[in-house]
Amino acid sequence: MSDDTRATIRQFICGRFPSVSISDTDDIFAIGVATSLFAMELVIFVENTFGFQVPNEELEMANFRSVEAIAALVARQSATVAGGTG
Amino acid sequence: MKRIGVIGAGVMGTGVAQNLAAVGLESVLVDVDDATLERARQQIQRGARMSRLLSPAGANGARSPEPNLDLIHYTTDYTELGDVDFVVENITEKWDLKSAIYPRLDAICAPGVVFAANTSAISITRLASLTTRPERVLGMHFMNPVPMKPAVEVIRGWHTSDETVRTAQELLARMGKEGIVVADAPGFVSNRVLMLTVNEAVYLVQDGVAPAADVDRVFKSCFGHPMGPLETADLIGLDTILHSVEVLYESFNDSKYRPCPLLRKMVDAGLYGRKSGQGFYTYS
Repeated sequence: MSDDTRATIRQFICGRFPSVSISDTDDIFAIGVATSLFAMELVIFVENTFGFQVPNEELEMANFRSVEAIAALVARQSATVAGGTG
Repeated sequence: MKRIGVIGAGVMGTGVAQNLAAVGLESVLVDVDDATLERARQQIQRGARMSRLLSPAGANGARSPEPNLDLIHYTTDYTELGDVDFVVENITEKWDLKSAIYPRLDAICAPGVVFAANTSAISITRLASLTTRPERVLGMHFMNPVPMKPAVEVIRGWHTSDETVRTAQELLARMGKEGIVVADAPGFVSNRVLMLTVNEAVYLVQDGVAPAADVDRVFKSCFGHPMGPLETADLIGLDTILHSVEVLYESFNDSKYRPCPLLRKMVDAGLYGRKSGQGFYTYS
C-alpha cells in the first residue's frame, strides 16, 4: 500500500515536471520546481486520488513538500478513517 | 465602510468576497442564479482552505484566525444592495453584460456609494457614463487569486473624483492591498503590456524561434520571473488572451496588436490551457 502510494504520488509530480529527476525525500518547493499554484493542485490531487478531505490542521506546506511527506499524510489519514469506522 | 456589494460570483467575485471575509468585512454576493451561488460557496470554502495552506505560520506557530465565511450573504436579488457602502462589480468582460448592470445599480444604491468595476479591459469612463454619478465610478483590476495578490491596478476614469480614489484606497488597505492608480486607456498598464508580450511569445513558437518551454525558461531563468508568458497564458486561458488582444486591436486600430494566427488556431481547436487540460503544456 505504502509503496503504491509513493509511486502514485511520484508519478503525478514527475508527470508535471518531466525534465527534473526527483527523489522521494527531495523538497520540491526548495529545489524550485514547484510553485504555490502546484501546492494547491497537490491538495486536490491527494483528495481526489485517496478519497479523503485533508483536515484543516493538516493543511501545512510541510505535508506537501516531498513524496515522503505526502505519503505520510495519506497514511495518517487512512489510519484515522480505518480507526473511525472500525 | 462595513458592508460591500460584490456583483458576479465567478472566479474574481468569489475571490473578492473571500478576501473581504478574511478581514472581517460583510459582503452581499449577487449573481443571476442559485446554482452559480452554490458553486461560489464551495469555491470560497476551498479558497479559504488553500489560503490556510499557503499562509506561513507566525514565529510561535500561531496562524491568522479562520475567516468567518458567514460574513458573506449570497443572493440573486439586486435590491439587497440597497444598504451597501461600496460596490465591486465583477461581471464577465463583455460590454453588453457589464453595461446592463450600471443603470440598475445606480437606481438601487444610495447616491454616495462608489462603484468599482473589476475589469482588465473595459473603459471606466464609458461605464461611468451609464450612471448619474460618474465622479463615483472607478476601476479596480484585481489579480487572481484575489486573496493572495498584494496589489490592484486602480483606474481613474475621466470624471473620477479624488475622494472616490481615496475611498477605494481605504477599502484596498483594509483588504491588505496596495492600489496603484493609473489613467483610463485600453488595457490600462497591465494588459496592454502583458497581452502583447504573450502574443509575441506565441509568434516565437509559431515562427520556430524556440519551443514554448524554452521561451518560458528565458523569462524565468534570465529575468527571474516566477512564470513565463506561455505558462501565464495557459493559466489565464488562451480564449481570454485572444479576446483581450482583439479588444486592444479594436481599441487602438494599430496593427501591433494583431492576434497571432497560432493563438487563434489553438483557441479554435479548443486548446484553452489549464482549464481544458491542454494549451502550450499538457495538464493531467
